[in-house]
Order: sequence, then C-alpha cells, then structure tokens
Amino acid sequence: MKTTTMIVSILLAGLLTNNMVLSKFLGICPFLGVSKKVNTAVSMSIAVTFVMIIATAVTYPIYYYLLQPKYEYLETVVFILVIAAIVQFIEIFLKKYIKPIYNALGIYLPLITTNCAVLGITMLNVTDFDITKYSFGKLYLFSLTNALSAGLGFMLAMVLFAGVRQRLETADIPEFMKGLPITLVAAALCSLSFLGFAGIGG
Amino acid sequence: MQILIPIIIVVVIGVLAGLLLAFASKFMSVKSDEKTEKIRECLPGANCGACGYSGCDGYAAAIASGEATPDKCAPGGSTTAAALSEILGIEIKNEKHIAFIACGGNSENTTTKFNYDGMKSCAAAAMSLGGPLDCEFGCLGFGDCVKACPFGAISLKDGRPQVDEDTCMACGLCVSTCPKGIIKLIPQNKAVRVNCSNCKRGAEVVKACKVSCIACKMCENNCPTGAIKVENNVAVVDPKLCNGCGNCKTVCKRGCII
Repeated sequence: MKTTTMIVSILLAGLLTNNMVLSKFLGICPFLGVSKKVNTAVSMSIAVTFVMIIATAVTYPIYYYLLQPKYEYLETVVFILVIAAIVQFIEIFLKKYIKPIYNALGIYLPLITTNCAVLGITMLNVTDFDITKYSFGKLYLFSLTNALSAGLGFMLAMVLFAGVRQRLETADIPEFMKGLPITLVAAALCSLSFLGFAGIGG
Repeated sequence: MQILIPIIIVVVIGVLAGLLLAFASKFMSVKSDEKTEKIRECLPGANCGACGYSGCDGYAAAIASGEATPDKCAPGGSTTAAALSEILGIEIKNEKHIAFIACGGNSENTTTKFNYDGMKSCAAAAMSLGGPLDCEFGCLGFGDCVKACPFGAISLKDGRPQVDEDTCMACGLCVSTCPKGIIKLIPQNKAVRVNCSNCKRGAEVVKACKVSCIACKMCENNCPTGAIKVENNVAVVDPKLCNGCGNCKTVCKRGCII
C-alpha cells in the first residue's frame, strides 16, 4: 500500500472503525468520568491526544532498537515506566515554559499518566504495523499518525457522549435507571452505532 | 546470562527516566509564591473540587491572590481553615456554632387554644390555625427538627426537642425545617441565650406562656456592655458584645434568659 493511502486509512480507522473507546474499549474511565460537560470532555481529549503522540514518539524507537526481536515481553513494563516519566517531565516543562497550556490541561495531565488508552496505543503501534515490510522512518510515521487518529477518535467519542449525557440530564428516566445505569446503556448504544463503521477504510 | 540483558535494559531506562525528572525538577522548577506553597501544604490534596477550583493547587493560588476565602475546603474542615488563617494572618470565625431552639414553653408553661389531633408533624400542625398553642411562636414539639437532623443530634424529651451540643454540626437543616422559625444557629460558648421567640406585645404574651419574653427591657437596662437589646418585642443577644456576666439572667423576671 502507498504511504499516503496507508496514512488516510490509519486516520479513518482510528476515528471510526477502530475507535479507541467505542470499539476497543480502552480509556473507559475518563469516557464515563469526564464526559458530563462538553468543554471538560474536549480539554481531557486534547490532553489525551497530546500524551498519546508524545508517548508514541518515545516508546516506538525504544521498541524498535532495544526490545525487538528478543525482549518484546518487556514491552508493558518499559512502556509504563517511560510514559509515566515522560508525562511528569512534560508537566514540569509546560509549567516552566508554556504556562497557558499548563493551565488549560490542568489536572488532566497527571490523571492520564497511566491511562490504559495511552498504554494501549503504544502497544497497538507495535502490533499493527509489520516491521518486516517497512523501513523505520515509515513505521515511525505510521505510529505517530495512529496515535493522532486514536486521540482524535477519543475526542470524537468523548464529545458525542458528552452531548448524549447532557440530553440525558433533562430526559424523563425511570428512577431505577437514573445515574450510572442509563449512562452505561447509552455508552453501549454509542458503541453499537460505531459497529456500523466496520469495513470502512480497510 | 539470558536474564541479564533485559534487567540492564529496564534498569538503564529507569535510571535515565529518574535522572531526567530529577534534573527537570531542579532546573525547570518554577519559583512559585512562598505563600501559595505554604497554603498548598495545608490543604488535604484530594483535588476533590468542592471549593469550586480546579484542584488544591488552583484553590491555593486563589487564596494567595485574595480571590477566595480560606473556609471553602470541605474535607479539611475547621482544622484546615484554622491553619490557613494562621498563614494569612487573618482571623476566621470558626467558633463552634450549635442549633438552639429559642422556646421554653412546655405543657405546663404554655396554654393551648384547642386540642390538636391531626398528623404528628410540626408542619401539619402549624397549618391548622398556626398550631394548638396560644403562643404563635412556640415550639410545637412534634419533632420535625428531629427528623431533619442528619447527625441525630436532636431528640425529643417530654415533648420538647433537645439539641445535643456535642453532636450538632450547625448544618442548619433544622433551622430551615422548623415551621415556626424559632431555631437559630448561635455560638456554643456564649453563656447567655434568650429562650423565647415571641414578638407579640407583653400583655398578649403573658397570657400565652409563663416563661415568655415580655419586652420589659430589664435585661437591656442592666447589661454593662450593651449586648442585649429588645428588638421587635423580644430580647436579642449580640454575641460579639456579650461578656457572659449573667446580669440579664438574674434580672429577668420571666426566667426566659438561660
């Protein structure tokens, strides 16, 4: 497959068919926890996208040059270690040099340090692309694109669901379904609707 | 030997990450306001957001800049508020308050105008001609406040609600529940409390209840600090001025100051 086609299909897959939250069920905690209002959902998703890209940028070279082909089993341990350190570092860095972004991301940044969606995307990058077929440069590009699209997919799911939840607030819901039960049912329906995208983008 | 290389890999990455963070915190540390830092240390660090700010850091910054008052931290409670006020050098009123039911009436002291045989609830009784008591400001004694208290601090004793002052958290739920509006939040350690709420004129009040305030102004005239005043036909204590001398207690002929 040509590089550009590959990138487009990665972007589409991350947004729709392989949506992080609604198809892979990663990052459910912020999906249910921070989706009460659209603006907090957007802030959270931006932070997640940001961390996903940085985490991929750091972990993929580590995987390519250090871990494969012999020590792939160290993936989880090393990735968690690296991601945690990197997120802490970014927090310190932003606080010192780019205060507005630090204020905007606020408490979300440390919250997603060990988020499963972030670890998930770094591990999926490793399995998604065949390292025997492409050069490191292309693999790196694909991985970063994959991280970006997964982050945007996360944002799409969060914003859609925040909208649904804001509607639910005013809906006439039976007493026993109020709160978490109806939220979970709504999440299931959202997930089902995303199943309809299966097959698009290859 | 097989196991050595993976161990080295993990250890090296760990050490590198550690060093990176150590250097970052050393060279990139933001010189934050010392006051903010101190305030932040006093806060519980739960980042619960009960104060209305993004977290403990945000709240600390808001206090330091004078934007917020130091009494908004719910998990920290009064101990945090006290610590914060020390840093800020201001005094905040975290004197323990309690609910006080300002009525000394009971079946012996207070006369009734009819026999009430309806729902056993103050709210219901108050709706039928203002309740069975001759005193329109008297405690009806059905214990709506007892039910309202989430801490179980109020109990009925001989048809009169009693506030357990140690358990009372001064949440004010009983204050808003009482249909007569005779429960007040007052500082616990004040020696003098006016145990009547009747704001009708003396002549009417005398007939209704034996321990009622008739607005004779004896207390007002005998108070050395001017803390007790008759307002709207009932004596009112200003806790800021009261020194607890007890003069008003001794001069009150109606026994409604306790």
